[in-house]
Amino acid sequence: MIIHHPILGPRDSQEFVYLGDASLIDRPDGMTAGLEAFHDYAYNRTNPAGEHRELWYHEQGDRSWLVVTRNTVTHEITRVELARDVARKQGRTK
Amino acid sequence: MRYSGFRVIAEALTGHKGWKPVWRDPTPQADYDIIIIGGGGHGLATAYYLAKEFGQARIAVLEKGYLGGGNVGRNTTIIRSNYLLDGNEPFYEFSLKLWEGLEQDFNYNAMVSQRGIINLIHTDAQRDAATRRGNAMILNGADAELLTREQVRAMYPWLNFDNARFPIKGALMQRRGGTVRHDAVAWGYARGADLRGVDLIQNCEVTGMRIENGRILGVETTRGYIGAKKVGVAVAGSSSKVMAHAGMRLPIESHVLQAFVSEGLKPLIDGVMTFGAGHFYVSQSDKGGLVFGGDIDGYNSYAQRGNLPVIEDVAEGGMALMPAIGRVRLLRSWGGIMDMSMDGSPIIDKTHVEGLYFNGGWCYGGFKATPASGWCFAHLLANDRSHETAKAYRFDRFLKGLMIDEKGQGAQPNLH
Repeated sequence: MIIHHPILGPRDSQEFVYLGDASLIDRPDGMTAGLEAFHDYAYNRTNPAGEHRELWYHEQGDRSWLVVTRNTVTHEITRVELARDVARKQGRTK
Repeated sequence: MRYSGFRVIAEALTGHKGWKPVWRDPTPQADYDIIIIGGGGHGLATAYYLAKEFGQARIAVLEKGYLGGGNVGRNTTIIRSNYLLDGNEPFYEFSLKLWEGLEQDFNYNAMVSQRGIINLIHTDAQRDAATRRGNAMILNGADAELLTREQVRAMYPWLNFDNARFPIKGALMQRRGGTVRHDAVAWGYARGADLRGVDLIQNCEVTGMRIENGRILGVETTRGYIGAKKVGVAVAGSSSKVMAHAGMRLPIESHVLQAFVSEGLKPLIDGVMTFGAGHFYVSQSDKGGLVFGGDIDGYNSYAQRGNLPVIEDVAEGGMALMPAIGRVRLLRSWGGIMDMSMDGSPIIDKTHVEGLYFNGGWCYGGFKATPASGWCFAHLLANDRSHETAKAYRFDRFLKGLMIDEKGQGAQPNLH
């Protein structure tokens, strides 16, 4: 698979480490969220067959985190964003 | 029809005209007592044991494609019970004991071959870990043996014993481990279930579940609505898709695992060998092909095919261990979809919906578990409580901190 890095251009997916569903960005607030919310965050996944937004880390490159939109049935990648931009768009400060 | 040596001879003398189809092709009834979703190894074993051991009747198995067309036909056929943790080892040892009596039990030749499995050791730390694992196995009634470097050399003199990075220093061996003809397992269970009146319904995909007041009433399928008092789901690989019909999100990601077989060779490996440090394991089929594999690709996938980097990685592992195979040609490679759970261990449990039961999360270890998985799931469906050896395989173990994490990787499915 070729991942089109927003800054570095087309890169082989072998340069990346895979983390999982991009919803992992939305970690509940440790001071207010309950046990159930953290359990759901840490362990449960939607795991769709089809379009999936997921976190890839460019370990053998610029060490940026990316949010890659990829189809889990065809492996086709339709969108690549910097995870930082995605998080900020959702109101995160960093 | 009962199979026997006498039967084979009698048929040979009469032109093989007496063989009959091995199972019926029934149309679905309006309702059943128990519906099993998934006509793979685990689902068919569940139906078989429900009918044979737990006295249940009016059972149907619903299969989206054809019987045994999923992971039971895509694995590398290894059976073993060399686990470490208390939640796992009794279950897998129960499974291995069932394998040992399986062919007599269901009167079908599954070619169970206890040819032994070795896990290679390269360091003192690995030897300590293997000793501990071996002791855990023995404590749970399994067999384990620590082999020296010279004992391994006597078995496989052509291995690369002096690899600079991973020299072979010994191995942990389980002599009762081995291989089984994987398709025959599905066929044997299917035939055994059919003979006991179970309806095996193929080309019947579940498209929805009818749930009212927290209780399951039946399933919507491509062949119409079918009512049921109880529904058991055994569709590892597609668990998240099917359980979404009940509004559930599972502690599971679907990943692709590739496997490979070489052209046929003369006898080279008489047992099963794992080279964990090199992400490579291998056995030799009775036709002579080297059957081998390595890691999962590592990203969510439902594609049943993987990518080239993992093929390269597996080939490198094979070459590091067995330089002699350098010019062997690959016959074919394929991929199967694994339910990778959050601790690398399976789930056999009730759900929040009354009458709906779940069996899945087998990661890449489902084949060896087939008999015990079927038995324990049948036990749960029939008695409404877990079998003694499957008590730890609960949904709530993640909430309660009771994970069964053999590799200690945490909630990172692609590392298990």
